[in-house]
Amino acid sequence: MSAGEKVRCDACPVMCYVAEGRAGACDRYANEKGKIIRCDPLTILDQTLEKGGEVVPFLKSTWDGRVVAGRDVFVTAVGAGTTYPDYKPAPFIVSRDLGGVDFVTVVTEAIYSYCGVKIKIDTDRHLGHEGATVRAFGEAVGHIMTSEYGSQMLSLGGVDHLTGGSRAEGDTTCKTLMDLCNKRPVELTIDGGTSVIVEAGQAPIVDGQQEHRMRVGCGSATIGMFASQWLGLVDEVVVVDDHITGVVSEHQAGKVLGWQPTGIKILGRRSTPGRYFRVAEPGLGWGGTDIEDPLVILGPWNAKKGARPGLSLLMVSTTGEQFSYYVLDDNLVPLLQDLPEHLRASVDLISENCEPSLCTVLFMAGAGGSLRSGATRNPVKLTRSVQKKNTRVTCGGAPAYIWPGGGITLMVDVADMPDNSFGYVPTPAIVAPLEFTVARGDYLDLGGHQQSVRSIDDVIASGGEYGDSMRTIAPPVGVPKRPK
Amino acid sequence: MGLEASILADGRRLHLHEGPIDLIIEAIGPGRQDAYDLAVGRFRGLLQELVHELPELRLAADRDRLFHGPVARRMQQAVIPMLATFVTPMAAVAGAVADEILAAMDDQGGIEKIIVNNGGDVAFYLTPGQSIEAAIGADRVGKIVVTERHHSRGVATSGWQGRSHSLGIADAVTVVATNAAGADAAATLIANAVDLPGHPAITRIPARHMAPDSDLGDRLVTEYVGPLSERDVCDALDGGEQFASALIDRNVIAGALLMLQGQFRQVGSPVLIPEHTGDRAYG
Repeated sequence: MSAGEKVRCDACPVMCYVAEGRAGACDRYANEKGKIIRCDPLTILDQTLEKGGEVVPFLKSTWDGRVVAGRDVFVTAVGAGTTYPDYKPAPFIVSRDLGGVDFVTVVTEAIYSYCGVKIKIDTDRHLGHEGATVRAFGEAVGHIMTSEYGSQMLSLGGVDHLTGGSRAEGDTTCKTLMDLCNKRPVELTIDGGTSVIVEAGQAPIVDGQQEHRMRVGCGSATIGMFASQWLGLVDEVVVVDDHITGVVSEHQAGKVLGWQPTGIKILGRRSTPGRYFRVAEPGLGWGGTDIEDPLVILGPWNAKKGARPGLSLLMVSTTGEQFSYYVLDDNLVPLLQDLPEHLRASVDLISENCEPSLCTVLFMAGAGGSLRSGATRNPVKLTRSVQKKNTRVTCGGAPAYIWPGGGITLMVDVADMPDNSFGYVPTPAIVAPLEFTVARGDYLDLGGHQQSVRSIDDVIASGGEYGDSMRTIAPPVGVPKRPK
Repeated sequence: MGLEASILADGRRLHLHEGPIDLIIEAIGPGRQDAYDLAVGRFRGLLQELVHELPELRLAADRDRLFHGPVARRMQQAVIPMLATFVTPMAAVAGAVADEILAAMDDQGGIEKIIVNNGGDVAFYLTPGQSIEAAIGADRVGKIVVTERHHSRGVATSGWQGRSHSLGIADAVTVVATNAAGADAAATLIANAVDLPGHPAITRIPARHMAPDSDLGDRLVTEYVGPLSERDVCDALDGGEQFASALIDRNVIAGALLMLQGQFRQVGSPVLIPEHTGDRAYG
């Protein structure tokens, strides 16, 4: 690294010489390509201070002056940081007192935390709207992504939550990611939605209720799959579902089997025959709706269209977890009865066809940065080798999926990794094991550190560079901690 | 750009700025406005005074060198007990400015407490019954409380990611001392002593490349510290702790709190009051 073209700044009496690409002692003025410029972020810092507001750490990858700000700020003494490697983040000024504390001693950190988790939660229950903020301990740590078939996807972490918001948000995000990746349970709350306890490899617990099974399909699909098994055993079946509630007598699958009309009336928006949207609001009741008593979705029975006393009705949710059996009385009002044995098998079959609900946690991170230089003198060759699949990428021995395109953006199922593989540095950033595996010849071709290549036997016999205890586990935690 | 002085929007605190100096000042008591007037009066011309002697202030400290400006003298005085190690008076500049402004204010009557915060290097004044609380560390590991009965009137923090360059790798070293200048210089040197020379996870760069007129010249300052093993962190903190303990034994400082990658040490007083009890899993 060269000092470059230094320039004298005359913005104040100190008259700093400022090296190219660096800021002067004030961190307000910098040398950009031989010219002294004012650093925009610090302009904002000044304004913030003048308004008595909090100072927000910001993320700035180039000199575009864009500032990530406007979030709630918890910590009071933070400064100007950039991801541009030549720039040291600077601590700045205490600007708000905090719970009786007069000031905070803070040294700001470098920003390099490009990582997070993608979570798949197997549940029919509506956890929250797409895009809703997901919180841990009240801090925003991610958001709801898409609904998948029988599952909801969450994205947690990422550089914005780790380092783009308040210190508390970053710390909480870091702790949340680390706990999830270390297969510990974490309670998340979703703005406008539910709370959910997520633990890799375990069933989710939604608003205190443990999930058991994924639904076999939507209500309509369930009708399609099981219509023939109900024929002759019951006069009508309604599969209650938040997405599409199915009615066997009206459904195409029933029609082709010769099901007779029953005069049933579903209070919902009809999509196609026997398929209804929005019979209720999303919730924690039957089939991901807010329904506790399924009869609320039924209107009056119509005798002209086939309703008659004695007509039997099975109502069941998409997982078979909830079911009720009714018989119409003389006034065509359904009366709850015990489920007949001959129908139990069909309800059980729905359950059997549902897979266990699980939470799956995939760690996702960018490994295409400076850490590559630990493996090779020519980092881009490593990237290309990974992209060509000559170099295999694993995390704690677990195979990682590498995204196509530039860089080394990896995803790995934490369930495949050793327990407690993940640690942190106070930046905050997550520390995770990462291995590049490549044939020796290819390794040298791509500029590997030849002198560092050792046999496994040698490593086991004489230990690693940092002592003879071999471990991939990141620094343990807790303060204070001092082995004496 | 000259001097800027404004009351922050909270209506309580005074912000003074010129060049690289930013001060946030809070005085509590009916004499506040008069105390602020005194602070502004003293701040006027202070940077120019310092700049006059800047070339000498950037040289390795020398017991026999005489300085004229009161801030420069405070800087010199702060580093004299530490001459066994390489140090320049610049190690105490932030704290010395805070001390100087505080000294201009604390004769004002009707004041119970004053805090002069120069970017984390803090001088304070306490009347009986008053105390200050400082949250410690970016991770809020806890807080310290300094009461009027303690003799310390300065707290300062230094670390490699801080505003001035460090020869060491401490994330943060917070020092409590008689005044801010002494705390500032000691924090700088203790942070320098938290180190792992030659460790491959640490990148260093000549100070001159970061700032051509740095008082550290061609000395290698820390540019980046990668993840370290628990053992390494422990070893590095040992060095800093030894250095800090020696300063405490010689009554140069009251106490120090040292932080590096989730590990934490404290020596002297006041003791840290932990923020979290029980398991705070990620430090």
